[in-house]
Amino acid sequence: LRSLGVFIRQAGTLLFICMILILLHGSRGEIPSKPIAATILPSVKPDGGVQAYPEDQKNNLPMFTMNYPRIQIPFEITLWVLLASFAKIGFHVYHKITIWVPESCLLISIGLIVGAIMHSVHEEPPAVLTSNVFFLYMLPLIVLDFVAVFMQVLWFAVVGTLWNSIGIGISLFAICQIPAFGVQDINLQENLLFSAIISAVDPVAVLNVFEDVSVNEQLYIVVFGECLFNDAVTVVLYNMFSFVAEMPVVEPVDVFIGVARFFIVGLGGMAFGILFGFVAAFTTRFTSKVREIEPLFVFMYSYLAYLVAELFAISSIMAIITCALTMKYYVEENVSQRSCTTIRHVIKMLASISETLIFFFLGVVTITTDHEWNWGYILFTLLFAFVWRGLGILVLTQIINPFRTIPFNMKDQFGLAYGGLRGAVSFALAFTLPDTIGRKQLFVTATIAVILFTVFLQGISIRPLIEFINVRRTNRNLETINVEIHGRLMEHTIAGIEDLCGQWSRFYWKDKFMKFNNRILRKILIRDSRAESSIVALYKKLELQNAMEILDTASGDISAAPSIVSLYEEKKSSSKPQKKFLAADLKNMHDILSKNMYKIRERTVAYRGKHALPNDNHTREILIRRHVSIRRSLRPGSFQSSYFSLPAGKSLESTFPAARRSYADDHETLSEVAYPSQRSRFGKPARSSSSKAMIPLRRLGTLEEVPSTDVLNEDSSSTEQGVFRTNSSYSDSHVPRPRRLNSSFDNNNGSADDLRNVHEEPSSPPPGWAAEPRDNTARNPLLRRPQWTPKRK
Amino acid sequence: MGASQTRLEHNYDDLTEKSGFSHEQIKNLYQRFQQLSGNNEKISRDDLERIPALNNNPIRKQIITAFFDKRNQHQNDVGSLDEIGFEQFLMVMSHFRPVNSKATEEEKATVRKQKLRFLFNMHDTDNDGIITLDEYRTVVEELLSQSGAIETEVARAIADAAMLEVASTNVPHMAPDDFYEGITFEHFEQILKGIEMESRMHIRFLDKNAATMRCGKLSS
Repeated sequence: LRSLGVFIRQAGTLLFICMILILLHGSRGEIPSKPIAATILPSVKPDGGVQAYPEDQKNNLPMFTMNYPRIQIPFEITLWVLLASFAKIGFHVYHKITIWVPESCLLISIGLIVGAIMHSVHEEPPAVLTSNVFFLYMLPLIVLDFVAVFMQVLWFAVVGTLWNSIGIGISLFAICQIPAFGVQDINLQENLLFSAIISAVDPVAVLNVFEDVSVNEQLYIVVFGECLFNDAVTVVLYNMFSFVAEMPVVEPVDVFIGVARFFIVGLGGMAFGILFGFVAAFTTRFTSKVREIEPLFVFMYSYLAYLVAELFAISSIMAIITCALTMKYYVEENVSQRSCTTIRHVIKMLASISETLIFFFLGVVTITTDHEWNWGYILFTLLFAFVWRGLGILVLTQIINPFRTIPFNMKDQFGLAYGGLRGAVSFALAFTLPDTIGRKQLFVTATIAVILFTVFLQGISIRPLIEFINVRRTNRNLETINVEIHGRLMEHTIAGIEDLCGQWSRFYWKDKFMKFNNRILRKILIRDSRAESSIVALYKKLELQNAMEILDTASGDISAAPSIVSLYEEKKSSSKPQKKFLAADLKNMHDILSKNMYKIRERTVAYRGKHALPNDNHTREILIRRHVSIRRSLRPGSFQSSYFSLPAGKSLESTFPAARRSYADDHETLSEVAYPSQRSRFGKPARSSSSKAMIPLRRLGTLEEVPSTDVLNEDSSSTEQGVFRTNSSYSDSHVPRPRRLNSSFDNNNGSADDLRNVHEEPSSPPPGWAAEPRDNTARNPLLRRPQWTPKRK
Repeated sequence: MGASQTRLEHNYDDLTEKSGFSHEQIKNLYQRFQQLSGNNEKISRDDLERIPALNNNPIRKQIITAFFDKRNQHQNDVGSLDEIGFEQFLMVMSHFRPVNSKATEEEKATVRKQKLRFLFNMHDTDNDGIITLDEYRTVVEELLSQSGAIETEVARAIADAAMLEVASTNVPHMAPDDFYEGITFEHFEQILKGIEMESRMHIRFLDKNAATMRCGKLSS
């Protein structure tokens, strides 16, 4: 690894230098005369223009021509992106750095260096970054990635930002009155404008920091959500103040208009987002035949939402966030697995690029613009930014804590306050200040100073500080089925008790909304709108993950099959009414697992950061092939109960390929859909071995049951896609499989119970399902498309 | 309500001590109790089943049963009652009191244990102190019954998976002939030790008049 790192560094440095030189000379259309990387051919004339056919030249067709101006802009952009990406690679080669220094710092530093170089040769920075570009292209990509928001977030965002802006603005204005600093010409409006700019907390910077530190969920969500939503406030304030700053006189009616405008901006943004989200969902309902362009819809609609919001000067970030949220919920159930994966990958990639670039440019521009430095103003800005944020958090938390189930304690509040990093948003806003403002340069300088200060100092120091004061960390290890089940149990219990004693709570509205959702919205927007419980989704996901891991080991471990077969035989003969889990089962599973524990652990890599993806395509590929071959090898002979459900006369071969094809298709892309994309931090959690434990029993057993699945598919071939694509985009072939296994595994015990249950307990399944799979009469119910009619109520 | 109220007032302190509710809260709950019972002294199961809002709750049956379960009365009794009086009503409700943030660690642990015990009792319908596979399955089926299109077998598979999880975490080294009987309370605690009960298992019993609360919603 070290040698690789060294190599990368060297290559990177080399290319780095090349790029710099190219860029330096690029604007002049010259090529450097020194021999450099092979992109440039040395045999060209220095002026590099198009080789037309000038009459006074020789008559040959020129063999090599170079036309730099033609490609200049995209070329430069590409080089910048590459450069930034190389820098990123470089950082991660040395892990120790990224632990202590957030990526944004490093990127800015590189940018500073590059900027210094450019400055020293008196080159202008590439004009690629104007704030329009920034807003229009880069910002939406970053935020599309994150989708968790709460009411409190709004509270902090809106009120907090207002508080900050006004506070900072007024105190700066007060400072301006002091003649010693020489900034008396800045009036109140301009101060307020400036303070609006720098009170915008930046999601990118914050994320970078908080990701590494892994504070508890609540804190993270609030801070991050605040960043996102304060865009609404900032935009309004900015527009309002800049408008006002140009007016000589401010009237009260303008203030009212401002307030009204604020609501329009915020709510309008959300409304647009939801609207576009619905349209997208509706569109994707019909895209079952054109799967390839589904990702396109997702991107285009969200981008459209962003642009339309910009058109009406309402909060575009809110539009895109709500659009993404809505889409995530509805569209995800309509699109195919592959599209989901594609979308996710593309978004992460683009977000990564743009984020990198933004910080990079920050560094470059810092050096290369003319600055106006005013010690007093800038220092006080820093001071006030910090102070007001701290105060703001304190006050707001006091107000909101009584409403929270877990109040924020002092440490949380410190985390909240300290985590308010400024970043690219402020930067861009500062740049777009109208030139009519006399002190624009000062503002820009001050903004950059604040950004650098927060990102570097706060960014680097936040990690040790948080560890030092021991803020509650998140517990990442909770993905067990039991936890999920009991979480739900508790929710329902609470809801029930509350109904019982006539008290309402947040669950009431949630329930109401869910009902509306299920009854109306889902029918319209989703192609196959069966609701799915989160428990089932989690269970499927865990099953699948485990299956992939288990089966991906050496196939020698399938030797466990005989022992399980023997268990099976044993159970067939015994007919104990009570079900117990044989320890032998567990022991076998543990054996299998412990042999592969090391491998499994290797693969269960801790999530590497928000832009890293769960890296299991390789796993899956192997799995598919292995799985298929296992199925074939196990099929003949062993578990004979499987063939009962085939309609007489059909051969296995004819049914098998059909399932395998589509099964492989879905299996291939069974991916991060079920991974919590919310925080994208969980990746593959370290699971308790128990959930793995049950897998071999199931998988090996269910492998033969595939034929019965085929039958199901045959029967409902027209709805094949429906069967294979249930709501969580999981292949439905997984669902029948555990079912089958259970039937066969439980056999006598099961059937005895089932038959008993049918009569005794109202909660038993409808009679059709309870039938023993060994009976041929069971064929009919099994052939039926899965339907569950709730028997309660 | 006059006579019964004065009688009740004598017991307020007693009730407060036993259940931990404040006087205001007890008053509110008493009003609700009166409503549910139709001004009788005792509530029967039918009274509770008549509550319309509970109809949508998938585990309605378990919740109602919990009220009539003697084990939830903090008295080491087993069995079930047919009717409950106000005191018993309160005792069940006391499981859902929010934890006082100033409580000591021990107290918090006790409260947590109580809440877990409540959940455990919800599973363990035959009162034998362990949750068997059947019982667990029943609960999971109920939970999922409202999710639509969930076959029983899936619910069973999930319950089985959950049981296996418990077995593996708690009894990792069983001999080949051992049986895993079921989840005991200790195992139950163990597997749920990651969950934060304090926030998820409590209800805000406001100190206001219950009648007025129908008009507004609680913000939380």
